[in-house]
Amino acid sequence: MSLPYVLAHPLGRLSLESLPFWQMLQDPSEANVINGVIATGAASMVVIGAIVTFALITRYRKWGVLWSHWLTSPDHKKIGIMYVVLAFVMLARALIEALLMRTQQAFGLGGGFLSPDHFAQLFSTHGTIMIFFMAMPFLTGMINYVMPLQIGARDVAFPVLNSISLGLTVAGAALVMISLCLGTFSTGGWFGYPPYTEASFSPGVGPDYWIWALTLASLGSTFTGINFAVTIYKHRAPGMTFMRMPLFTWTALCTSILMIFAMPPLTVATAQLALDRYLAFHFFTNALGGNMMHFANLFWLFGHPEVYILILPAFGVYSEVVSTFSGKVLFGYRALVMATMAIAILSFTVWLHHFFTMGQSANINAVFGIASMLIGIPTGVKIYDWMLTMFRGRIRFTVPMIYSIGFMLLFVLGGISGILLADPGIDYQVHNSVFLVAHFHNVAVPGVLFGMIAAYHFWFPKAFGFRLNERWGKISALCWIIGFMLAFFPLYGLGLMGMPRRTVAYSEPTYVPLEMVALLGAVLVIVALIALVVQLWVSIRQRHANRVFAGDPWDGRSLEWSISAPPPEYNFAMLPRVTGRDAFTVAKENRSAYQRLDTYEDIEMPKNSAMGPVIAAIGFSLAFGLVWHIWWMVILSFMAAVVTMIGRGFARDTTRIVSAQQVRKEHHRWIDAVASVTAISRADERTPANGGLAQHETEGVVP
Amino acid sequence: MSREAAKYPGLNLSSAHGKDHEAAESLMFGFWVFLMSDAILFGMVFATYVTSVHATAGGPGPYQLYDIKSIFVETLLLLASSFTFGMASLTLKYKHSTPRLVGWLAATLILGVAFLCFELHDFSTMFAKGGVPSRSGFLSAFFDLVPLHGLHVTGGCVWLICLVGQIARYGLDTKTKLGIMRLALFWHFLDIVWIAIFSVVYLAGLT
Repeated sequence: MSLPYVLAHPLGRLSLESLPFWQMLQDPSEANVINGVIATGAASMVVIGAIVTFALITRYRKWGVLWSHWLTSPDHKKIGIMYVVLAFVMLARALIEALLMRTQQAFGLGGGFLSPDHFAQLFSTHGTIMIFFMAMPFLTGMINYVMPLQIGARDVAFPVLNSISLGLTVAGAALVMISLCLGTFSTGGWFGYPPYTEASFSPGVGPDYWIWALTLASLGSTFTGINFAVTIYKHRAPGMTFMRMPLFTWTALCTSILMIFAMPPLTVATAQLALDRYLAFHFFTNALGGNMMHFANLFWLFGHPEVYILILPAFGVYSEVVSTFSGKVLFGYRALVMATMAIAILSFTVWLHHFFTMGQSANINAVFGIASMLIGIPTGVKIYDWMLTMFRGRIRFTVPMIYSIGFMLLFVLGGISGILLADPGIDYQVHNSVFLVAHFHNVAVPGVLFGMIAAYHFWFPKAFGFRLNERWGKISALCWIIGFMLAFFPLYGLGLMGMPRRTVAYSEPTYVPLEMVALLGAVLVIVALIALVVQLWVSIRQRHANRVFAGDPWDGRSLEWSISAPPPEYNFAMLPRVTGRDAFTVAKENRSAYQRLDTYEDIEMPKNSAMGPVIAAIGFSLAFGLVWHIWWMVILSFMAAVVTMIGRGFARDTTRIVSAQQVRKEHHRWIDAVASVTAISRADERTPANGGLAQHETEGVVP
Repeated sequence: MSREAAKYPGLNLSSAHGKDHEAAESLMFGFWVFLMSDAILFGMVFATYVTSVHATAGGPGPYQLYDIKSIFVETLLLLASSFTFGMASLTLKYKHSTPRLVGWLAATLILGVAFLCFELHDFSTMFAKGGVPSRSGFLSAFFDLVPLHGLHVTGGCVWLICLVGQIARYGLDTKTKLGIMRLALFWHFLDIVWIAIFSVVYLAGLT
């Protein structure tokens, strides 16, 4: 690319043709119009959504609050909430895409209405978003909020880095969103296999959007993993030994370790693909010594641990939920910890099962097949532990519990189909069919997503001080569970009938009935999402009736329930001393909970920092410039990044003091509030009588 | 001199440094974990190189391109820079004068920059012989691995200059000390990576 060319194209590859309706205007054939209208509609939703959000914030004069209380806040609780908000926004988009794909396939006999390219973009963005911008932010947000509270810490080890991680993730998500408005996204699937995604076959901006969105997100996740791991290793409260940590914290630790070691292969894979595309390297090309198997190995060296990064925190959530809502100590704590660790280690030994059919010898396939099946053992241990925790418990069918039970039933099925796929012989038969699609949705939806939604219901009262509406929660849960079954069980059948995955259209009429059932399932899932929105709306309107300021609405067992809801920014007036597992239950039993302190001390907290939003803006503009070959933007953004980091190095005075007086005032206000609410029994847990104070109940006994 | 248990990776400041020593614990551990993550990054790039070493696609290979004399000089420069950084760390730990510390850091910087100059010269020689990254899978992998290390060294040099700037502005406060200690870990880590490059890329390539 010569200098005069660059000077003549200040906007790089960006032109009117990048707009989603341009092709439709130039060539208004029926297919172009339908696809153009859908793409323009999607782009308008993004633009209108952004404009409305901006207008509302301006109308209610909330820019100052947003900036100083949220965007620049180093508070792990606020960062956690922002991650979850991002996850929900991205979930909505990816679910709408799922509905579009199911509709296309339901009417795909002999054509359908979407063009193959449009359909390919849909499954690529759906997968990319669900993994990197829905599931990852959701679990990162949950761990961010809960883990420091569970181990009795004031914040994560590196609060500003935490904010930067969020900024990088948001920048990646913004890149995926803007790909709706300008240009097209990759058509190469969520794992973007070359050589198809090389410049010779996909010369457009699509794979570049994919590369840089993933690069930003994976950098963010690497830093997050480091941050969480150091927090758990170094910032536990006195007495919180490893074998006293709540199981959610254990799973957070294993997930963090996986993030630290599994994200670099992804960074290498996307960076090498970028070098191929931008500088004509030959890592994965067909010619001149390139080898796409390098990409397959690198990607799945990340990709397989990634599925355990996603599922382990969900396992942690189920452990907490089942134990709390059965009113019992978690059965087999030690076994659960060991199973979690075993899964974390085994997750690095199975990546090859993602490409059994790509030319290894039978012996290698056998080794990886056996390793894959081994993972079923620790997972099975966990399922039995949860069932035995429920056994003879005082079980309450709250919303998180419904999700947990749905998970246990459905996840086992997904696991069994996984064991089937781990047999290379069977894999040869069903690989690349919708059987596989059914399998991984069967573990990802009831496993990860149900776990995260359960966590959202379980810890929402802690974060916002009021409970979520139970009725709408149940409606949503049932729609999710039934919708999931209807949407994905037919795909097992379709896969065995030979339907390839990613099929835009087909000529086999026997597919149609099962496709229709799957469409019905997708509609139900959308209803479930709407029910979640309605639930939030109703709950906010009824918030005064459902306050749980005292902080313990579910008779909780770990330290996060031992403080007010919402907690003060420094979390604990005095760092707790832990004497056993289920630290808060122990404190309630020996009457040492809810104490005033003799003396209060000043607490040092990190000051707000603009690093997060600044890095987000720089990361976004750098990536956007790279995607569209706007080189001046790339250079400026890169320089801005360097200057920002150097400037941060020179920053001093990064902490502030919360005075002992203020801590005392806030703590006493809470203790007074606790004294003024009546303790309730588990039977009244879901009524407005629940003010967040639990009656003391003897373990496991039904009152 | 009594021996204290190490609180964190790298040279420990010892309790004579009071709160700085305490503050180092989770920061140094965190940085070490980051280096382990970075080690995986290098590991993946090494793996790419090792599996691509025969993918020369008819283009020039190690014998035509590598100049062991120059590489040997680079190795000596980098090892010497690790020694001078080690001296800087000791100067910091035993609270010798700040000019002496800056002197050792400056020596490290000069050696680091000299290393980079030799490396760039190597690359330009390779380019002149037709060894460009777009020529073959082997050269792509080479130019992914060796310049990645070079970029790290460049980053380390910039960081070092910034730290000297911080010393000039704030003296040896907690943050500057912790910066020097982290850069020390980083620098020695890059030395280890270079030894791997020297063995796996150059020695193995020329045998």
